[in-house]
Amino acid sequence: MENEIPEHCPGVQSEAAGKASTCDGCPNQKICASGEIIVEDPKIMVGIQERMLNVKHKILVLSGKGGVGKSTLTSMIARVFAQDLAKNVAVMDIDICGPSAPRIMGVEGETVHQSGSGWSPVYIGENLSVMSVGLLLASPDDAVIWRGPKKNGLIKQFLSEVDWGSLDYLLMDTPPGTSDEHLSIAQYMLPCQLTGAIIVTSPQEISLLDVRKEINFCRKVNIPIIGIVENMSWFVCPKCRKESEIFLATTGGARQMASEFNLPFLGQIPLDHRLTQACDEGIDFFEEYSDSATASAFIQLVKEIKAHIKE
Amino acid sequence: MALRRFNFGVTLSSWKMKYSTHSDPLGTNLKERQAQMMKKGLPVKKPIEGVKNVILVASGKGGVGKSTVAVNLALALSRHLPSQDVGLLDADIFGPSIPTMMNLSGNPLLTDKNLIKPLVNYNIKCMSMGFLVDNNAPVIWRGLMVMSAIEKLLRQVDWSPLDYLIIDMPPGTGDTQLSIAQNIPVAGAIIVTTPQEIALIDARKGALMFQKVGIPVVGLVNNMASYACPNCGHHSHIFGATGAEKLSKEIGVDVLVDIPLDTSIMEAADGGYPIVISSTSNNPLVQAYMSLAEKVLSRLSAIKDEPSR
Repeated sequence: MENEIPEHCPGVQSEAAGKASTCDGCPNQKICASGEIIVEDPKIMVGIQERMLNVKHKILVLSGKGGVGKSTLTSMIARVFAQDLAKNVAVMDIDICGPSAPRIMGVEGETVHQSGSGWSPVYIGENLSVMSVGLLLASPDDAVIWRGPKKNGLIKQFLSEVDWGSLDYLLMDTPPGTSDEHLSIAQYMLPCQLTGAIIVTSPQEISLLDVRKEINFCRKVNIPIIGIVENMSWFVCPKCRKESEIFLATTGGARQMASEFNLPFLGQIPLDHRLTQACDEGIDFFEEYSDSATASAFIQLVKEIKAHIKE
Repeated sequence: MALRRFNFGVTLSSWKMKYSTHSDPLGTNLKERQAQMMKKGLPVKKPIEGVKNVILVASGKGGVGKSTVAVNLALALSRHLPSQDVGLLDADIFGPSIPTMMNLSGNPLLTDKNLIKPLVNYNIKCMSMGFLVDNNAPVIWRGLMVMSAIEKLLRQVDWSPLDYLIIDMPPGTGDTQLSIAQNIPVAGAIIVTTPQEIALIDARKGALMFQKVGIPVVGLVNNMASYACPNCGHHSHIFGATGAEKLSKEIGVDVLVDIPLDTSIMEAADGGYPIVISSTSNNPLVQAYMSLAEKVLSRLSAIKDEPSR
């Protein structure tokens, strides 16, 4: 029986099931192509929906490009939201190959505990929690070398088994690209009233190229877009205090792209070496440098986000 | 991708009787036998026709400059060895940057043998997903489709003859990396990182992955090492200072070159006229890439000359 399954089976749950060229000759081809195979175990979907009912705003942080600051921004935005102690905020890191959230939030090395009500996320302070594959590894240096279906399984578990409690904001940090993780999160979150996605980019055209794809991806799978943020927009020299642009916006940067796509432009964040250091060390940037221009930029950004999600 | 489970409950005495030879009378070469049995489920590495050496430019982290380094390294190699053929494969299916950086676009043609003809610019043969899909169209594929696309980009392209094929890897340690690592023999890999700890964590994972699949890591590139303020010239270590050295000591791999964060490199890449060819050879940035190319070549030949373990 094993010999009859085609070598490059796209998977019974994928869009190309039964329709890909590699499906020719497979005994299951007709069944897959007819779409009869149920996309997902309904119990899991109900489980996810139940958990998500307790979450008021579910926000995805996407880019298409790597290294533009998704993880940094997700964590900083979460911290700003959590400054209001009446609100409960959580960060879910679904970048399985390169989980950065534990380090940035300062909880690297902590462990996730399991209870009757599910997995409990790691708490930073009273109202801010984190869940990431980085917290499940024996050592933070362990490499997670998984193919798609396994990653899909873990994302399913994060969504259905983590006991977040009641949350006001759940921020989901994603890896770059438009692959398994993104498809999975879209598949599981769309039936749960996903608030929307924040798209992060740097001003460089090479980044914008990938981000345009990400925007089109969101449109294709019906993920509402809250707006676009431009990170690393400018750099302030610590010595002479003059501003310089490192990642030149040769094609108008994110602002231009936002107007092309008719999307809200949420703001700009400067490149600040104190921010990169704070992320490396896992310290709260807002506590250390609360009156910096970077901190003000984040506070302004969160104001814009709040304005757009209340609509 | 299931490994066939091997029953290790077989007793030592039966092993000895089955597998002992004159040179190994006790049949104690168990580890080798075990390794051979475990390998049975895995794909066999088959070289790409006509390609002599494959070099991977990888990271674990996104946005550290893999594509920029890959492009400039390919051009530097080509300048260093003008009589040899160099090719560049963009294995980033989701975010292909090579077409923009190499100023190439358009649909590739097919040869008589039904192979895809790589597009050529600056004397480098290039292939990328970016030539096969519209610029704005996202490629929304799960891992299995990615595997089959990578296979096509490797074997159904008319690369031959090539002395060096540089593969610009996507970020992460997932399907693409595994597919390439398991299916073709690789001469060596370079890991690109920035000094930031967050980047190093992922670079470490990338290095660990190569170790696991038996690909030699020839060196690290410390990219975006520092930035010189255009106004006062002050050097800022925006992404930290000592990171790459630390990683180098940890994994026993040398830092081959430190490349500064420089607007001109970025501008040149965006404009499709990479710095190695758009600037003069006494530009320190160009010299950094040329030095990288020389070091990579010498490391690769050292690996080839090593007696096989």
